[in-house]
Amino acid sequence: MPETPLITIPLEAYLFLASILFCIGVWGLINSRNAVRVLMSIELMLNAVNINLMAFSSFLDGELIRGQVFTVFVITVAAAEAAVGLAILLSLYRNRVTVDMESFNLLRW
Amino acid sequence: MSIANSTEIICFVVLGTIVVLGSLGVVLLENIVYSAFLLGGVFMAVAGLYLLLNASFVAAAQVLVYVGAVNVLILFAIMLVNKRETLKPIKGLRFRKILSGGICAGLLALLIRVDITTPWSITKSISIGEQATERIGEHLFTDYLLPFELASVLLLMAMIGAIVLARRDVLTTDIGTGDSVNQGLIEKSSTPLLIDKPSPD
Repeated sequence: MPETPLITIPLEAYLFLASILFCIGVWGLINSRNAVRVLMSIELMLNAVNINLMAFSSFLDGELIRGQVFTVFVITVAAAEAAVGLAILLSLYRNRVTVDMESFNLLRW
Repeated sequence: MSIANSTEIICFVVLGTIVVLGSLGVVLLENIVYSAFLLGGVFMAVAGLYLLLNASFVAAAQVLVYVGAVNVLILFAIMLVNKRETLKPIKGLRFRKILSGGICAGLLALLIRVDITTPWSITKSISIGEQATERIGEHLFTDYLLPFELASVLLLMAMIGAIVLARRDVLTTDIGTGDSVNQGLIEKSSTPLLIDKPSPD
């Protein structure tokens, strides 16, 4: 079996990158006025979580790579979420003729 | 430092820069089409990070599902709803952005503090590399069998739900009774609520 190279990038670097990506996603989720951009921000946050899971799986879990299995499940759920979210968005656009988040107040008052 | 290690570090820095700048572009750019393409770039860079972590199967799944399916779906949605509209100005929008930016910066500081101060119990075991795909398959069909089956049901539900929500064609006869459907009602339900034009009936 070939000698595996020593991992040089620390776990903290991956977690740092994932936290930056997550916070950008949260900011975009709060501040976007275009509904499609809100969905994109949700995908960014899910990717940040996936990076976290993969880093933990590689650094802390050893041979049981349970983090990778969780990442596969998260990717599956994200695909379903994107499909349903965009269908809801299309149906909202048909009713309101806009994608401005500020005008989607049918359930509010 | 060997050449492999320095290559790894250079790859990580480049991919991380792409991820951060691309996601900032996704959030901040005015044109949403540019945002969608940048989102594809971010997904590809994240797949590269997975390759750095010795996870080739998940990297391939990331490219297939995110870049191939989700990003294309988002692009189609943009093309379907793309209308130049001038958004109504809202008072206090700048204040809101600054406030939420401060809150997100606080959240980032908290996360980074946890990241740095926690003593992670890093195992020194060797990574299994190419055997990861086999291991994922074993997990999926032994101890994660129930979530796997539930995921398939979830995908079926999402597919049917998306079709039902987004379709536009109408039934001519009621499925239950066989009577012809009142077409006026259907037309009314598919016309926008806020458009100023006379109703068809």
